[in-house]
Amino acid sequence: MKKKILVFIALVLSIILSGPVLSAEKVKDIILATTTSTQDSGLLDVLIPVFEKEAGYVVKTIAVGSGQAMAMGERGEADVLLVHSPEAEEKFLAQGLGINRRLVMHNDFIIVGPAKDPARIKGLKSAPMAFKHISEAKALFLSRGDNSGTHAKEKSLWKLAGIDPSTEKWYQQTGLGMGQTLAVASEKGGYCLTDRATYLALKKNLYLSILLQGDKSLLNIYHVIEVNPARWPKVNSDGAKSFRAFMVSKEAQRIIEGFGKDKFGQPLFFPDAGKREEALGK
Amino acid sequence: MDLILEGIKKAFWLLIHMDNEVMRITLLSLKVSGLATFISLALGIPLGTVLALSRFPGRGIIISLVNTSMGLPPVVVGLFVTIMLWRGGPLAVLHLLYTPSAMVIAQTIIAAPIITGLSLAAIQQLDPKLLLQIKALGASRLQMGWFLLREARLPLLAAMMAGFGGVISEIGASIMVGGNILGHTRVLTTATVMETSKGNFDTAIALGLLLLLLAYSINFTLTIIQQREAFYGRAHFRG
Repeated sequence: MKKKILVFIALVLSIILSGPVLSAEKVKDIILATTTSTQDSGLLDVLIPVFEKEAGYVVKTIAVGSGQAMAMGERGEADVLLVHSPEAEEKFLAQGLGINRRLVMHNDFIIVGPAKDPARIKGLKSAPMAFKHISEAKALFLSRGDNSGTHAKEKSLWKLAGIDPSTEKWYQQTGLGMGQTLAVASEKGGYCLTDRATYLALKKNLYLSILLQGDKSLLNIYHVIEVNPARWPKVNSDGAKSFRAFMVSKEAQRIIEGFGKDKFGQPLFFPDAGKREEALGK
Repeated sequence: MDLILEGIKKAFWLLIHMDNEVMRITLLSLKVSGLATFISLALGIPLGTVLALSRFPGRGIIISLVNTSMGLPPVVVGLFVTIMLWRGGPLAVLHLLYTPSAMVIAQTIIAAPIITGLSLAAIQQLDPKLLLQIKALGASRLQMGWFLLREARLPLLAAMMAGFGGVISEIGASIMVGGNILGHTRVLTTATVMETSKGNFDTAIALGLLLLLLAYSINFTLTIIQQREAFYGRAHFRG
């Protein structure tokens, strides 16, 4: 019997040791801190392999909210960021934490909710106005509550509406990613602010309709930012530079333009390299 | 209901087609958690044995620490290991963050106390007369330890299963220190969470089923060994 145990142990050990589990990988790695929407929509699965093949780097994508992505950059724990929280990004640059911020692409946020629309926001043109209606109707609203780019956008819209919902009973914060927050909104019949890409990707499992779209305040703009190597010498600045250049290259922009058309019948992101931020949405 | 059927279908499809990505993810889960379990066995069994057999001041405190650590929340372990391994952290020179090695470290911290605590209990529940007998026969400390471990091998196998089960199903630490990076640190649990948030519920269910299947087949093998041992052990005793 002891023999059998030994054989089993030897078997397991040989499986374990057959791979390079204990080898440390370094130098050629780039740590990309980005938002969940770029990963959950599947865009990075298409872009990253192209970049890795061309540039010879290995990209380690850490998909978190924009807030956490910038917090990683702030500590030099990431090399390059792909984020969508413009106000916070400008602060990030002003503090000297990042360099070479470039416009990559945009899509838009939409307000979704139950089809019967208890707060009657369908047909409204302005997002802050819709938020006002939701607050007056005390209709359930689900917030990410996680300092992500979407959460930052949502907070700025409440501010424009002149409402502080944070202590209201009808305002609930999930603290989860976009996909999970949409699922909660769908189950509870609440309203929610979401990026269009995640909504389209999950639509078939949601009882939520698009109730407001097209307002200019709902633009969702993505920038690539290199973490400042002068501040954090351990940052892989060559890799970050190379990734930044790739994201605004013709090739990457063409991939972004075509991404999602076959699956959703419409593009999920619009390439914007070289454009000015103010010119978007016109 | 459709969704569950779709998931089961997808699981079979993935298994039959030996989907490269899924196979790699499954193998990595097995490697990381297997290695963490073995390191934990190497640390936990001697430590548990020493704690069971010796008497020293502060022993009670250490044992209650071990027992508390048997329920360490994986996210707390993940956070702690991440902070240690960060570029700005004390162990930055190792360059281990977002590698499978970091996941092995985190999972070892989770599994080692479980195995230590259960080894301690396993040795302690042996008949105290046995101990006296071995001592009377003049065994050295090492010989005595080896003999006791052999006597306690059934509960020790259970300790191994508990440790492995704890880490193969764990997600909080793996996603934090591993980062769920495609082709590098994506394991079954982190991939399941990601596919869920992508809305690919069928793939998520399929990955979940694969995880259960993996855990089951490992535990099945261990259980067979354990139960045969128990049977033959008794037969031998009677004979």
